[in-house]
Amino acid sequence: MAFKQLARKPLNWAERTYLPQIIMGLKITFWNMLKKKVTLEYPDVRPVIPNGYRGIPTLVKDPKGREKCVSCQLCEFVCPPKAIRIQPGEIPEDSENAHVEKAPKEFDIDMLRCIYCGFCQEVCPEEAIFLQKVFSLSGYSREEMVFPKAKLYELGGTYPDQHYKWEKKRSAAEENQANGHG
Amino acid sequence: MNYLPILIALLKAVIMISVVMGIAAYAVLAERKIAGWIQGRYGPNRTVLPFIGVIPILGNMLTRLGIFQPVADGLKFIFKEDPVPGHVNKFYYFLAPCVAFIPAMTTMVVLPFGEMDGVPLVLANIDIGMLFILAVSSLGVYGIILAGWSANSKYPFLGGIRASAQMISYELAMGLSILPAFLWANAPGSETGLSLFNVVQSQDQLWMVFWQPLSALIFLVALFAETNRLPFDMPEAETELVSGYHTEYGSMKFGLFFVGEYTHIVIGSGVLVVLYFGGWNFLPGIPFPWPAGWAGGLLSTLWFLLKVFSVVFFFMWIRWTLPRFRYDQVMRLGWAILLPLALANLVLNAILIALFENWLV
Ligand code: SF4
Ligand code: SF4
Repeated sequence: MAFKQLARKPLNWAERTYLPQIIMGLKITFWNMLKKKVTLEYPDVRPVIPNGYRGIPTLVKDPKGREKCVSCQLCEFVCPPKAIRIQPGEIPEDSENAHVEKAPKEFDIDMLRCIYCGFCQEVCPEEAIFLQKVFSLSGYSREEMVFPKAKLYELGGTYPDQHYKWEKKRSAAEENQANGHG
Repeated sequence: MNYLPILIALLKAVIMISVVMGIAAYAVLAERKIAGWIQGRYGPNRTVLPFIGVIPILGNMLTRLGIFQPVADGLKFIFKEDPVPGHVNKFYYFLAPCVAFIPAMTTMVVLPFGEMDGVPLVLANIDIGMLFILAVSSLGVYGIILAGWSANSKYPFLGGIRASAQMISYELAMGLSILPAFLWANAPGSETGLSLFNVVQSQDQLWMVFWQPLSALIFLVALFAETNRLPFDMPEAETELVSGYHTEYGSMKFGLFFVGEYTHIVIGSGVLVVLYFGGWNFLPGIPFPWPAGWAGGLLSTLWFLLKVFSVVFFFMWIRWTLPRFRYDQVMRLGWAILLPLALANLVLNAILIALFENWLV
């Protein structure tokens, strides 16, 4: 490939004093002064968090108030820094959701270990754990930063549910029973 | 013995010092604000004073403008821990901030800032005002050199050396650039000599900057170099020398350097206004529309201050516009460009004046 070399124009007399350039620079900075400020005054003004942001992971309930987690421990297993600790527990017989069989007895997420990767949300078969938009956490001790189940539900709240999987299962089972296949 | 004159002089001095210190403190604020604005930020806007800060609209406005920030800055300087590194030369280490601060405060004595019924408003109206300012303000560099040397560590030392070299290089150009202004301001045989008041008086119709733009430019550049402001802030040069000559200083000792530096800027701007921008004269052609008596004195002082603030603003504006020179470029600009230019300018003006005096009049 042939290169074409362009001679750089020699500076003229005015340019060699640098003064025109300095005046140009001053003009630019002057108009900058009058422009809109880009500062976001953080604690007073919060940034708009985009959808899909990975903040703190929390447990969620479905709109009927059922806790969705079945303590399958997949998330505990997949979590790269081992931030999740689960103790599975039984759902008592007399509960409305007894057919779900299991729910976590203890569910701790250590927010100091969590790297906000979102694997837990991805892996959960029950859509029971979601990463929220909360990005700033603080506490006075390490223990305080291990969030127990109650706190995780409090932060997570309820999420819409498209399937109501366990209700369908229950009605299917009841139907089967009625048809004499049970 | 009559103590009254002494008391009045003392009172005047105290007022002048407080005003200049106040201006210097607010120059720091202005610097931070202007830096913010140029960079698309707000600058300091959070400091609130009790009582004043809660006045409905005014308090909020003042807070947003950062009006109370200098108070917080000052308190911070006073109450900070003041460590003295073990490797410094104690005596000179403590002496340096004072040596840097005192000349900066002393130069204001001869700076006229207004006029009342034909009498200059100034602490000491001496005939060699300009000479006094040049002599005393260049003493300030001893503070920097002492600080750099006594800190006994390499970055301050480099800063101190740079300061001395820069001071020597630009002092010459500065002195030579001032002379044409005085040559034109003084009629032959006049007695006023280097009086600053007289220079302002001579600019009642035409400001010196229009008549002597080159001298004004050289003086301005030299002033930037003398006050160690940004294109020439070699002694500090944060990116090269940590923070230059005051690297080893903390709390109020650093505060003294800091305030001294800004006082230099304020006084330097004052000198620039007096020499080239007509002092307290209203506009070119309209010298003195102020009424007689104290009202005129006040108005002329305010007008002078307005001009000084504009120059101080220009200082900051330049700082956040231009990058720092390389050290050899600073030296080349000083010795190879400004000095010959100032000399040629002086000779040219001397010839012009000679022609003017001998043939035209
Ligand atoms: S949150 Fe989801 S993945 Fe984790 S234990 Fe509960 S159901 Fe299983
Ligand atoms: S986001 Fe990642 S690190 Fe945090 S709990 Fe979930 S899987 Fe573990």
